[in-house]
Amino acid sequence: MKKLKFLSMFLFTGALITSCSSDDDALPEPVNEEELITTLMVTLTPDDGGETVLLSYRDLDGDGPNPPVTDISGNLSANTMYSGNVKVLNELETPVEDITEEVEEEGDEHQFFYTLGSSLDATVSYNDVDEDGMPVGIEFDLETGDASTGNLTVTLRHEPNKTATGVSEGNIANAGGDTDVEATFNIEIE
Amino acid sequence: MIFLLSGGITYSQTCNTQLSGEVKDIHDGSLLPNAIVQIKSLGIWAETDSEGRYEFDDLCEGTYTLEINHPECKPITRKVVVENNTIRNFRLEHHIEELNQILLKTNRNNENTLPEATLNKEIIEQYSGATLGDALKEISGVSSLNTGSAIVKPVIHGLHSSRILILNNNVRMQDQQWGVEHAPNIDINSATGLKVIKGAAALQYGGDAIGGVIRVEPLKAPVKDTIIGSAILSAASNGRGGSVTSSILNARESGFYWKAQGTYKYFGDKEAPNYMLSNTGQRERDFSLAMGLNKFQYRLDVYYSYFNTNIGILRASHLGSISDLARAINNGEPLVVRPFTYNIGAPRQDVSHHLLKTSFEKNFYNAGELEIQYSFQFNDRKEFDIRRGEQANRASLDLELMTHNLQSNFTYDHLENFEAKVGIDLTLQNNFANPDTGVRRLIPDYKMFTSGIFMLGNYSPGDKVTLDAGVRYDYSNIDAKKFYLKSRWDERGYDLEFSDLIIGDSGSQWLTNPVFDYHNFSATSGINYRWNNALEANFNLSMASRNPNPSELFSDGLHHSAAIIELGDLNLEQEQAFKVSGSMEGEFAGFTFLINPYLNYINNFILLEPSGIEQTIRGAFPVHEYRQANAQLLGVDVNAGYQFSEKFSYAGNFAYIRGTDLENNRPLVDMPAPQLSNKISYYNNNWQDLRISLSNDIVLEQTRFPNNDFTANVPVDGELVPTDIQISQPPPAYQLFHFNAQTRFTLNTKNDLGIGLSVQNILDTPYRDYLNRQRYYADDLGRNFIVQIKFNY
Repeated sequence: MKKLKFLSMFLFTGALITSCSSDDDALPEPVNEEELITTLMVTLTPDDGGETVLLSYRDLDGDGPNPPVTDISGNLSANTMYSGNVKVLNELETPVEDITEEVEEEGDEHQFFYTLGSSLDATVSYNDVDEDGMPVGIEFDLETGDASTGNLTVTLRHEPNKTATGVSEGNIANAGGDTDVEATFNIEIE
Repeated sequence: MIFLLSGGITYSQTCNTQLSGEVKDIHDGSLLPNAIVQIKSLGIWAETDSEGRYEFDDLCEGTYTLEINHPECKPITRKVVVENNTIRNFRLEHHIEELNQILLKTNRNNENTLPEATLNKEIIEQYSGATLGDALKEISGVSSLNTGSAIVKPVIHGLHSSRILILNNNVRMQDQQWGVEHAPNIDINSATGLKVIKGAAALQYGGDAIGGVIRVEPLKAPVKDTIIGSAILSAASNGRGGSVTSSILNARESGFYWKAQGTYKYFGDKEAPNYMLSNTGQRERDFSLAMGLNKFQYRLDVYYSYFNTNIGILRASHLGSISDLARAINNGEPLVVRPFTYNIGAPRQDVSHHLLKTSFEKNFYNAGELEIQYSFQFNDRKEFDIRRGEQANRASLDLELMTHNLQSNFTYDHLENFEAKVGIDLTLQNNFANPDTGVRRLIPDYKMFTSGIFMLGNYSPGDKVTLDAGVRYDYSNIDAKKFYLKSRWDERGYDLEFSDLIIGDSGSQWLTNPVFDYHNFSATSGINYRWNNALEANFNLSMASRNPNPSELFSDGLHHSAAIIELGDLNLEQEQAFKVSGSMEGEFAGFTFLINPYLNYINNFILLEPSGIEQTIRGAFPVHEYRQANAQLLGVDVNAGYQFSEKFSYAGNFAYIRGTDLENNRPLVDMPAPQLSNKISYYNNNWQDLRISLSNDIVLEQTRFPNNDFTANVPVDGELVPTDIQISQPPPAYQLFHFNAQTRFTLNTKNDLGIGLSVQNILDTPYRDYLNRQRYYADDLGRNFIVQIKFNY
């Protein structure tokens, strides 16, 4: 009787071993990062006609070793009003995934910031609002002053504190949240 | 009758003499339950019942050497002449435990000559609402590596994670201990005893315990008709929650027993002295079931346990970029502080662990004992990050680790002064990284097979000396399937070294099949010398080797909680430790002491260190790479106690460790700072066993640390400004005071009720600890009142 008990215990464990170590040598499937942002693209269209300027910042290997590549299609014209628009994309997906749509849907949890270096003579103002009437920054206006050069840093923050001082005017200092994109462009106004 | 496990006495012999008696405390004469009386020459033993009584039946007349052990006393050895039915009582020294609460004793029969510390049930119960790692910190030389207050990993002599072997109910835990944010998946309430061995002991379970071994011991069933039950309810002010745990054990005289145990914990956000630690709530649901049969000649046990925890990770510790890290460090306060809530949002961990074990032991007369054990473990770890949109409720990491283990050993203990054990140990492990996360796998799919053989022995040439030695050999094979970003593969230089590993191409990634074999030898030997019952010394030499774990080999990706890119290395080899450890302990006129110096020299120590900065679309990130260097750990643990009077006592302990990277001749990172703790206790057994203690923990500033600070370009007002990111500087020294009071009311012969009140961090001191990964973002816990009600039946 006792031997029987012991035997059944052994068979039980044996059954476990065989059932749990199913030996399928199938190859694992690759995972392509689904929320990856590979590309930030800023389009600046002059309100009174003239050449549209494209700024792009592209990192096709995500957190891989290759640094992002910056591309600026041309210089901005002095004393001009530009309508700005920003897109964030995942270019590793086919077709290319436009993540801007998600950002727009969750507008209250996101905000783009356009921070200008002090040497650059220009101003940026928001041109859109989320469901609470706070800016998101997908649409904005950029007004250039006199000829100058300097940096424009575009930052996308997830879960910023939009009611903190200066944040709705585009000042990132008190915004908090996590950085999703941070791209710096060296701009020339001529 | 109180047989727990007995040797094979055959009934053909006409031996029917009885030996029985009582085991008492030498000081107050109180009867000691759970003492083990052992007749080693026959390989049999008996455990005392709740009245302190033991009994052996069917002995042949003659002279026997008995060894009497009790978890809280010094063991004694006595010769007994058995004629007719003999009654013999023993008195044990129950002293050290009262002085220090923590027993320090050398285990003469089991492991080896390494210093060993035990936490008894009373201390474990005080931590009912906390974690295993919190309780173990009571032991000098044991600290913890924390991620907040709920993820607590034990650190022994400066080493942690894969370098510590944790045995839960005699099964080696396989619960992804490779990660610094992965706490042991054990319900502290399932333990009645916790033992720490500070070195590579327990060769039976593995030769890779470079740091040490932790044994979690469950309640043993007596062989008599009884029901033992207990329940503990704890409520804590910090976290505004509590825990409830209950266990019941039903044993029969036939040897059959079953037991069941369960725990539930529920906490909301914890608080630092000056702010809420948002998203630090916690839930835990655990239960275990066991049944078995303890017979004269054999023993059969089945055990199953389930552990599930859901832990919120401080919201402010989630970082998107190096600018966020710079802001977090410079801010001084967490960047996200919200009102208290019980809700747990992202980031969080949801981890389950299943453990099933069956074991069989058989005694052979004149020879020893055969043991066979099979265990199965399944660990499922899900980590949830802060994600956008539909992804928000999808795990970012989902690893399923399955482990089968079969071990068998034979103990030869027929001779009175010699014991030997030989055995084999087979492990099959499978890791599956669920691709449904939509995030590249942190740890790849792999299969691992390990087989080990070991031989251990101990010999006592006289009453004063015990020698022990052990050797073990392990073969491991790991077969992984991992995707590498092609850019990373080339950047690492793997395209030149490992191009033959590539088995597939999926566009931007290579699928590779790394297969590695490892051969490891480990050994230990030592000597214990006992001048008398009050003074003894140990000396031990050990050699242990550990394979690089999957995280060290294969990591490649971004760690959001640390804002670093962590890179493994396929070229890593085993690390090998050589440890010399000595200890001396004694007791004179109410004064007790233990001193344990050690030197651990580690060849090819695997460490994670910064190696540069990489730019991504989120900004710049520091890159941390695994590398190997020879290292040296030198330290000492000291315990001291003094019994002022019957009622007042003092206990103190001190630990110091000095870790050095010998290759670069600089300090090792994350070494515990020197610490000192003092405790004054008052005990009055006339007042319902009233115990009051006031304790004080002092943690000095770690002045030995490598400078891993770096400079990164952080945008400030639209300009990229080179900014020093100061990640290396340890926090300043701190000191905390704690209070504990407990009392016990005896309701009737079987039932008693205990009530406890404790206050942790009485002065609500804000502090940060060097070994807390969240020290950059927030202070540690503020004051906490804990009320506890215990009921035993």
